[in-house]
Amino acid sequence: MFAFCADPSTLDGLPWLACYLTTGKHLDFYWSFVVVLLLLAITAPLALGMGFLGAMASRSPVLPLRVIGRTYTAMVRGVPDIVFFLFFVIALDQGLEWLLHQVVCPDWDQPIRQGTEFRVCPQAKIPASSASAFWYQVDGFLRAVVTFALVFGAFAANVIFGAMQAVPKAQLETAEAYGMSHAQVFSRILVPQMWVFALPGLSNLWVILIKATPLLFLLGVQDIVYWARELGGSKTSAYEYPHPDWRLWYFLGLMVFYLFATYLSEKVLGRLTAKLSRGQATAAGEALRKAGA
Amino acid sequence: MKKLLLATALLALGTSLASAQTVRLGTEGAYPPYNFINDKGEVDGFERKVGDELCKRAELTCEWTTNEWDSIIPNLQSGNYDVIIAGMSITEERDKIIDFSDNYIPPATSAYLALKADVDVKTGVIAAQVSTIQAGYVAESGATLLEFATPDETVAAVRNGEADAVFADKDYLAPIAAESGGELVLLAEEVALGGGVGLGIRESDTELKGKLNAAIQSMKADGSLNALIKEYFGEAALTF
Repeated sequence: MFAFCADPSTLDGLPWLACYLTTGKHLDFYWSFVVVLLLLAITAPLALGMGFLGAMASRSPVLPLRVIGRTYTAMVRGVPDIVFFLFFVIALDQGLEWLLHQVVCPDWDQPIRQGTEFRVCPQAKIPASSASAFWYQVDGFLRAVVTFALVFGAFAANVIFGAMQAVPKAQLETAEAYGMSHAQVFSRILVPQMWVFALPGLSNLWVILIKATPLLFLLGVQDIVYWARELGGSKTSAYEYPHPDWRLWYFLGLMVFYLFATYLSEKVLGRLTAKLSRGQATAAGEALRKAGA
Repeated sequence: MKKLLLATALLALGTSLASAQTVRLGTEGAYPPYNFINDKGEVDGFERKVGDELCKRAELTCEWTTNEWDSIIPNLQSGNYDVIIAGMSITEERDKIIDFSDNYIPPATSAYLALKADVDVKTGVIAAQVSTIQAGYVAESGATLLEFATPDETVAAVRNGEADAVFADKDYLAPIAAESGGELVLLAEEVALGGGVGLGIRESDTELKGKLNAAIQSMKADGSLNALIKEYFGEAALTF
């Protein structure tokens, strides 16, 4: 990156470190932090949406919906994350390719499953064989987002279901007495009051989601854990910047990143909880009233 | 109508097809000098050069990709890439599930690396990478096998005393021993394992295998393969 990095074997000390920390591989490492933050930014609202849908389905008076909602919440929570990741992602990948194969290659005569192989026609591969490495990373990333949203959506559905049940019945009855329709009761009374009960559980889930992002690495997406492992391992002079085993330092760096992300999240969620506790019949609401008086 | 909607939705996911079929080469990227990811972030090493040359001779457009060693065969079966070019030795066990091209490195020796030269390799704790021929050999020899997912973790295990020795390809261990400043030594005992390093190809991909075999033969015939072997593995390396 700098002009003096042209011949790394002549460098020592701080210049060597400066050149080492700015190689192409290290820049990829720094970008992967952005990838992780992007994953969090996209997955959290999706998981929240799935949670809402799951909770509403679980509370629905319609039996099939209720069954779907409750099965989703119970089943996905019961399967270990790693198993879900490894199985579901492959199933999603092959399922989409199979569907595309049915559409674009109707006259393909060979069977798709040959022994242990899964072969669809070349036009049905997602992404296409000729796509660059970037698209493969995007594909892996998107599959990860879908899987995370599904898994964390089930946990969120459980939390939101509990929160909805916790809203005092008296509030809902009063709203009905005022003549509000079911939808109005839901949107004006139930949901705003549900948040204060849902927040502790949801903030817990958010922190767990932050910690679960290394599962991206299982999918071959080059996330921060992948790069820390790759960059930290001892390097012989086959590389331009040989060094001994530095994994400790890289993983220490990752730990600082995760702790910092958690610390920031705690601060923001604490403020949110305080704001939502105003006027509520909870201990936090009571504390706010006492402080205000 | 439904089919049309489904088609549009799915085609939006796939990108358009290039007229020449791209062959994707999958490698591990953690095994210098065979294959590694250099400091620019690109796949490098002996197999990068061999792969690029084979693609040129077989007139194929090739894309490089990396994959963890553990899942390298299942992902070949799923179609994530078309060829495994990752220092994979030809063994009967692997031949049952995938096909191999002709070998492009003659059967190489595997050696032990340890902190001192008097380790008993028949009874000690030996580290090896998962799913390698070396791991299979250690498991059968009666020593205690300690497996790791990546090659450099196996060496790190010896350095920190978790394992008494590591058993891997001599070509991988020799530079590590040379640059360790006497800390790590190669033991005298060496074993020849496997049928040489070959390309892994799906069993249904017979046409691709034919093209790659022809390219490998042409590289062996004009000496360019031997030249590359000498360049990456030293003058004393076995050649064709």
